[in-house]
Amino acid sequence: MTQLALIAVGGLFSASWLFLVSLGLTLIYGVLRVLNVAHGSLYALGAYLGSSMVLVALEKGHGVPVSYLILLGAALLVGLSVGPFLERVFLRRIYQKEEVLVLLLTFAIFLMLEDVMKLVWGVQPYVVNAPYVALGVVKVGGVRQPAYPFLLTGIAVTMGGLVWAGMARTRFGKLVTSVIEDREISAALGVNVPRIFTGAFTVGAVLAALGGAFTAPMISVVPGVAVEVIVLGFAVVAIGGLGSIEGAALGSLLVGFLRSASVHLFPELDLVAIYLVMALVLLFRPQGLFGRAEMRRV
Amino acid sequence: MQWAIVLLLAIVAPLLPGWTVFLLSVALAKALVVLGIGLLMRGGLVSFGHGMYYAAGAYGVAFAMKLMGIREALVLAVLGLVAGGLLASVLGMLLARYRGLFFAMLNLALSMMVYGALLKFYWVTGGTDGMAVRQATFGGFVPPAGLLRVAYFYLSLGVVAIVVSMAHRLVRSPMGYLLRALRDNEVRVNYMGGWVEQTIYRVYVLSGGLAGLGGSLVVLNVGHAVPDFAYWSQSGEFVFVALFGGYGHVLGPLSGSILFEFVRSYAYKVSPYTWQLLLGAMLALVILFLPEGLWSLVERRMARRDRWGWSWRPSS
Amino acid sequence: MDRRGSLLGVVLLLTVVSWLLVPGQSSAQPPGAPREVRIGVVSFLSGPAAPHSGIPSRQGAQLLIEALNAGEVPRPYNTPGIGGVPIRAVYVDEAGPVDKQVTEFRRLVLDARVNVVVGYISSANCLAIAPVAEELRTLTVFSVCGIQRVFEDADYKYVFRTRAHQIIDALGIARYVLLVKPDLKTIAGINQDYAWGRDSWATFKETILQLKPDVRVVAELWPPLFSGEYSAEIARLLAAKPDVIFTSLWGGDLESFVGQATPVRLFEESLVAMTVADNLLVPGPGRFVPRGIVFGARGLYGPLTPETTLSRWFGGRFRARYGYFPIHDPFNYANSILGVKAAFEKAIAATRRWPTVEEVVRAFEYLEFEGAAGRIRLALGNGHQAVEPVGFGIVRSFDPTKREVTLERVIRFRVECVNPPAGVKSLDWIRRGFPGAVCP
Repeated sequence: MTQLALIAVGGLFSASWLFLVSLGLTLIYGVLRVLNVAHGSLYALGAYLGSSMVLVALEKGHGVPVSYLILLGAALLVGLSVGPFLERVFLRRIYQKEEVLVLLLTFAIFLMLEDVMKLVWGVQPYVVNAPYVALGVVKVGGVRQPAYPFLLTGIAVTMGGLVWAGMARTRFGKLVTSVIEDREISAALGVNVPRIFTGAFTVGAVLAALGGAFTAPMISVVPGVAVEVIVLGFAVVAIGGLGSIEGAALGSLLVGFLRSASVHLFPELDLVAIYLVMALVLLFRPQGLFGRAEMRRV
Repeated sequence: MQWAIVLLLAIVAPLLPGWTVFLLSVALAKALVVLGIGLLMRGGLVSFGHGMYYAAGAYGVAFAMKLMGIREALVLAVLGLVAGGLLASVLGMLLARYRGLFFAMLNLALSMMVYGALLKFYWVTGGTDGMAVRQATFGGFVPPAGLLRVAYFYLSLGVVAIVVSMAHRLVRSPMGYLLRALRDNEVRVNYMGGWVEQTIYRVYVLSGGLAGLGGSLVVLNVGHAVPDFAYWSQSGEFVFVALFGGYGHVLGPLSGSILFEFVRSYAYKVSPYTWQLLLGAMLALVILFLPEGLWSLVERRMARRDRWGWSWRPSS
Repeated sequence: MDRRGSLLGVVLLLTVVSWLLVPGQSSAQPPGAPREVRIGVVSFLSGPAAPHSGIPSRQGAQLLIEALNAGEVPRPYNTPGIGGVPIRAVYVDEAGPVDKQVTEFRRLVLDARVNVVVGYISSANCLAIAPVAEELRTLTVFSVCGIQRVFEDADYKYVFRTRAHQIIDALGIARYVLLVKPDLKTIAGINQDYAWGRDSWATFKETILQLKPDVRVVAELWPPLFSGEYSAEIARLLAAKPDVIFTSLWGGDLESFVGQATPVRLFEESLVAMTVADNLLVPGPGRFVPRGIVFGARGLYGPLTPETTLSRWFGGRFRARYGYFPIHDPFNYANSILGVKAAFEKAIAATRRWPTVEEVVRAFEYLEFEGAAGRIRLALGNGHQAVEPVGFGIVRSFDPTKREVTLERVIRFRVECVNPPAGVKSLDWIRRGFPGAVCP
């Protein structure tokens, strides 16, 4: 019984984190048709800026409760500045080219940002876990569990809901949907497609930075945190279906629970679990769980 | 054209400093992998998992040496080709049905499982510490120390020359044109009676074999095989080099691979602390301003005759 | 940022000053001496292994080389440079695939024309570089990498390793745990899923089961390298309640694990034994060492460093410049460089001129020299592989401003206890029940 409860809670934590890092990725893909490798860099930027800002605030004597707002602020700061910059300066130039070329451009951006972060924050590790510790501990099946990951779950659900509602209920969301459906016709009908692109990329960037900022209190932020996020995010998005928000949610849950179960039942599988799911899903449903089969043009 | 370059490389190589000869041999070997990926890309398919065939070739050599005691370089190279080709012929049966990003992603997933397997079966493969590959022989001889690297270089060069000329012929064959047509519009090719799946399957197996061949030559040069050969970032690098050099012409991957290795070494040398910044900036510039690869520079300067056979340009 | 900038300034200034201080052609130089001895120094300057290993290593190497050139190192290394010839360091990044490392090694030797290559942290890189060093006949001294296979599976002439192989860490901590917790019944392990984690756990488990066969293994966890998120693993460990948890996590992974395990009091429930705990002492905001863990430093380094003239000097200098007492990596790099100097000068004393590589290699074999933290003896692998003592303690307190821990129940194991005798493979030695071991 305890084991089952632990698997469930562990799976939920893992899934929340995965959803948070893959939501922006799937959104950007859905709108811009770009698989954004620099997503990992935005995550890392969020983590670095978040932890260094919280550090300064704590040193100045602000209480821990403020730090959650600071993390949010850091994510917004990164997303709203770096996001539009990358989209306007780099990506915009080659949208008309093949998808893979754009993907590789984001890889080049990722390489550059990796060293830029090293120049700004140095190579020293940042451990700023006051926000993590402050939330305390809860008992699950008689075993102590940190409460912070529940906050992560809350953020993930909120963000998922916000993005979903934003798409379904707002004018901007409807325009985005029309661009997703058909870029050319939307443009012909007077939709400012480049603006939609910048907007969607920025939202995706904020989500990436948010994932990084709120992960930072749990981990030691060191060079290279960006790399791990990329391939996990890609896997979740591929499982769920590229561009699908529900897919990313289901993919995260699937991978999260399998990872958690493997830790408790078959620790040897931990490393390959996610790729196993990915290969199986893609074999039987190549477009992913929620993806739409692409139309074949004649 | 390609023979002139091969001849030039063959004459110049022994005169170059020792580490350059090594760098060139590795770059040539990797060019084979890139060439295979480039062939697939001509058909509109991008694989982010060819590292697994590269690793198959490398570990094929390591196991052949360890278990069977084979040390003849050419035999080992052929074994690498077979290892990569065999794995690709099995997985290709699944993968030939997929297109676009799904193809790319499924390749990635499978290659990461190969990576996981190489890492997990550490009592056989040595895990992440990898497997050593000993000195190979050339026609039964071990060349004297001073000529060893040159011998490896000529081995790589010879193999590359043969493969490039065959690829050149393939590109101009009916299958080559069919491949290009597939990229433009698969459904129409199908309607016209083109053998779509079969063509893709064949090219996939071929590219897997080339990756295996490249892996075997790299590991003979480097002397050590590690699971990282199958890691997604290695596969990504191959795709990158294919675009960097340009896959429109068979010499694109070759020149791209050589230039990439030199640029990376240069970046390590001039700024050991920020080489990624340098490398990333250069790659971004190439993508933004030479999206068809470096070889397109050469092509623009060359005579326009026989353009059809030389190159392919995106129609949209 | 500002501090980094001024640090860079200080470094540059020191470099310039040390250059000015070095006499151009000292009369102490042996005949045939070159203008400078070039040493390639390879360590991780980027990626996840940089903060806790690569950069501290480079700091140690740089500090020592500058001090050697200025003739400021205490006896027996008080002569400037190597044999009076100034040292020039060429730094290279160890990050990147293994074929890249082999290429860079060749470039160092054939293009940058270094006389000696020092360094390497990753075991895979050490295994790949050793045959290349042989081919190029270049004196190569490994500093940090731990895999015992390097000298147990092959013989090398030009390759040396001035630190003990990794067996001492896991074997030593197993013996320590049995001494402080003789009623041990259950163990568990959490180790990264790659060669270092696998080897470390295998050594630990094998040693415990050899010495106390009734111990039960209740969990073997294999998180992927650099995963950083361990809540599921920690929950399982809390539920399993083992007496002892062994971990070989290092760097950012170790810090993340410590950060997540502390609030749920894992370190109070079980005795957690960390072989690379000294990584937690690298400066950086917010980092701490939990109380009550078994603290290992991969040898007698960090807080376990013995008091010698050299260790006082090196530790003091290092602290003054970088703000913390050196952990094992800077000491390991310093030892490699000191070993090179000792071997060169021994060869010079024998030949009375500048020695050839072969003469240096001969002088290096079976060398016993004064390291930066105690004596280093090259006893294994035909005189190419060092043996070292190892020690452990339980953390009583941690001072975050000085970045120092106070240890209690410190036990040091002598060389003969944790290193296999010459000619015996480590794992065979453990399986046969440690024949010839001299232990407390």
